[in-house]
Amino acid sequence: MKKTIGFVLAAGLILAMAGCTKETSGGSWDWASEPKAESTGVTLNVYNWGEYIDDSDVNVNDAFTHLTGIKVNYKNFTDNESMYALLSSGAADYDVIFPSDYMVGKMIRENMLAKINFDNVPNFQYIDESLKNPAYDPTNEYSVPYTWGTVGIFYNSEYVDEADLEDGWDLLWNEKYKDKIFMFDNPRDAFGIALKKLGYSMNTENPDEWQAAYEELVKQKPLVQAYVMDQVYDKMINEEGWIAPYYSGDGIIMMDEDEGNTAIKYFVPEEGTNLFVDAMCIPATAKHKTEAEAYINFMCRTEVAKANAEYIGYSTPQTEARKLLDPSIGENPNFYPPQSLLEKTEVFITLPDEINELQDSLWIQLKK
Amino acid sequence: MKTLSKIYNGLIFLFLYAPIVVLIIFSFNDSRSRSVWHGFSLRWYEELFCDKEILNALIVTLTVAVIATVAATVIGTAAAVGMHGMNGRLRRAMMAVNNIPMVNPEIVTGIAMLLLFAFIYRSTGWFQLGYGTLLLSHITFCIPYVVLQVMPKLRQMNQHMYEAALDLGCRPVSAFFKVMLPEIMPGVVTGALMAFTMSLDDFVISLFTSGSSAQNLSVTIYSMVKRRITPEINALSTLMFGAVLILLILVNVSQIRGQSKAQKA
Amino acid sequence: MMKNRSAAAPFAVWMLLFTIVPLGVVVWFAFTDAAGHFTLDNIAAIQGHLGTLAYSIALGALATVICLFLAYPLAYSISRKTERVQQTMVMIIMLPMWMNFLLRTYAWMTLLENNGLINRFLGLFGIGPLGMINTNGAVVLGMVYNFLPFMVLPLYSVMTKIDSRIIEAAQDLGSNGWQIFRRVVLPLSMPGIVSGITMVFVPAVSTFVITKLLGGSKTQMIGDTIETMFIGQAANYNVGAALSLVLMVLILLCMAFMGMVDKDEEGGLVV
Repeated sequence: MKKTIGFVLAAGLILAMAGCTKETSGGSWDWASEPKAESTGVTLNVYNWGEYIDDSDVNVNDAFTHLTGIKVNYKNFTDNESMYALLSSGAADYDVIFPSDYMVGKMIRENMLAKINFDNVPNFQYIDESLKNPAYDPTNEYSVPYTWGTVGIFYNSEYVDEADLEDGWDLLWNEKYKDKIFMFDNPRDAFGIALKKLGYSMNTENPDEWQAAYEELVKQKPLVQAYVMDQVYDKMINEEGWIAPYYSGDGIIMMDEDEGNTAIKYFVPEEGTNLFVDAMCIPATAKHKTEAEAYINFMCRTEVAKANAEYIGYSTPQTEARKLLDPSIGENPNFYPPQSLLEKTEVFITLPDEINELQDSLWIQLKK
Repeated sequence: MKTLSKIYNGLIFLFLYAPIVVLIIFSFNDSRSRSVWHGFSLRWYEELFCDKEILNALIVTLTVAVIATVAATVIGTAAAVGMHGMNGRLRRAMMAVNNIPMVNPEIVTGIAMLLLFAFIYRSTGWFQLGYGTLLLSHITFCIPYVVLQVMPKLRQMNQHMYEAALDLGCRPVSAFFKVMLPEIMPGVVTGALMAFTMSLDDFVISLFTSGSSAQNLSVTIYSMVKRRITPEINALSTLMFGAVLILLILVNVSQIRGQSKAQKA
Repeated sequence: MMKNRSAAAPFAVWMLLFTIVPLGVVVWFAFTDAAGHFTLDNIAAIQGHLGTLAYSIALGALATVICLFLAYPLAYSISRKTERVQQTMVMIIMLPMWMNFLLRTYAWMTLLENNGLINRFLGLFGIGPLGMINTNGAVVLGMVYNFLPFMVLPLYSVMTKIDSRIIEAAQDLGSNGWQIFRRVVLPLSMPGIVSGITMVFVPAVSTFVITKLLGGSKTQMIGDTIETMFIGQAANYNVGAALSLVLMVLILLCMAFMGMVDKDEEGGLVV
């Protein structure tokens, strides 16, 4: 009896280990043919979003270890806030983290990030000038952009009258599409849209403007089918609803010819929108700062940035990598909007505590 | 009555397994979609076997679940036996403590433990977030389920049997193993089963108590939410499901064989 | 009385370290402000969340009652089977819970959506589409689904001890089915009912994520609210801690009320 159980388990494990038949290298960049670096004995603890690095076409972490001799211990976080909670407790030991814009600002303010030595990050030269010195890190000492994109509205062109797009963000308040509208299920993005609709800054520190935005969201609530985050992909593709604001890069999944729905289109309202950046940073507590800088530099390497851009789907800040992308992506104004539109975008910056508290409490009130 | 009960049980099992069937079917889907069928494919299984992060997380999840279950079952069963011998007030106080991890929203437990571990780490250098803290937190939230399962069995047990064993010169420890344990065994087993289940599926507390040295499967899965969960997870679930099912069948077959042998002899 | 109290010592030490001390951390946050000074403001701030609290307790109670009614006959019929069949059936009931929660809940979305599998199936017969997703009903369904095994198991493990001969004796003495249930099976299964209700109601009230995925996230449960406070934009642990303390007291009160119903003994209960 016990023998059989043991046998089944052992068989399962062997199958799992021998089951990987994929080439470790190859794909678009044959890194394995380059000389292998001697092991440095250092293991770098990297903390990134899930599914946010190429591990299939080019296995980026394996390539890094092969070329630098630095091992990578790669772990994932689910959202900025829980990542912040873990790091601020002081009991975590990560060397490279990938926070979003406003979180970078918050962590700078609380002295949680180390200044990056840009001499060790020569590939920073390839980063798009317009993404350097962002509002959340004005002197650009603490962060290097990893991905970016804009927030816009995805709509199903079969059901949505394109004349209604003229209304901009008001499309999300259009009675005609009652119960077919999805809305962001996170306060910063949802309030950002309401603020933009009213013509205010997404980073306003005026409580009255937040209150006004809240009133807008209350008005919108009866029209909303559901507040969603990642559920939006399947719900839009499967035509559960027709209109949803979301991040530009996710359009690649939603509008994909094979797996998506070709009736789905994307536009960015004229009033302007949010430009978001997920950046690479080094926590102040990092034990391997130089190696962390080598890792960040590696991520800005053209082959790597291209592989990641293709895998993740979000826009890459690396200008050389962008040129190598398929023109349907690299030249697509949805993903790389023209300057005229970029000028109307705002990056989220860190809000003062009292505004954040107001935001949380208005959000909770909205969901009653 | 018999058929009625069979139909009823059938309906409940249908309810329990409807989403599992959906989940398994979509592990063979030739697309990332969880709702639209794009044709049969084994690609998610192939990719799963190459995904070191997921396989590592699986090992962490299984080992933590097994160790936490054993520890929680031992501590919890002993606790229930001890509490059973206490007077009303003390026992009630202990039961209240027992229920705290269940009453507290997981996020509160998770953050409170994080702050505790962080405090100890900063002052002593011990308890850096990792496998150890993950395991400690899992044992903690598993114990109450064991206690709650064993307690009713103790209440049901015939008290005099244990006392008789003692009177007949049995030492307490051997009286426990020979008389009491067989009586409460169903409770211990279901308690252990629940503890294992809770540990396997816990996300919130694990999120705040795991560190760079160990991360379990549910944290890995939730972290994919930003970019959509890969169907590799469906494939993994399907394999786990299949493995447990095969084990169940094997156990059953061998027991039936054992029984028929015993009958012949 | 048995003299085995010391067996609870490891438990007492463990719970002191990893439950009471963290609880102390929660209490400390609940009664201080961001600067660490004593305040009652956090507790007072609860007033704004009473509606959400009531809603959560109502949904949790509803889910618990449904679980009890669904689980009872099933647990009873399992307990009448041979030991081997019992073990197998218990495993089969628990097995779905070994699949990841998020995947299970997503699968329910796939089933319940307007263009989902159930509605497509009903559509074949010209019925529907029924609006199932994004309703309170879907939230309760999700809760019942996730907690049902935690009701079945304690009921079953207690019912195995009910001797079939007692039931036969009652039948011989002329009791009908209802009387047997009311006078024999129900009283004997009471400890299991108490354990089951504790294990379903208590976590159900503070549940979160289910409302987001199945309820369309339009109405939050208290678990979601507390989550927003702890890892929202402001990460205000103070009010969140206060709210969870109040939640804890409320649930303990609910359970104490239950304890009065269970006259026999308070074994599986708090207070």
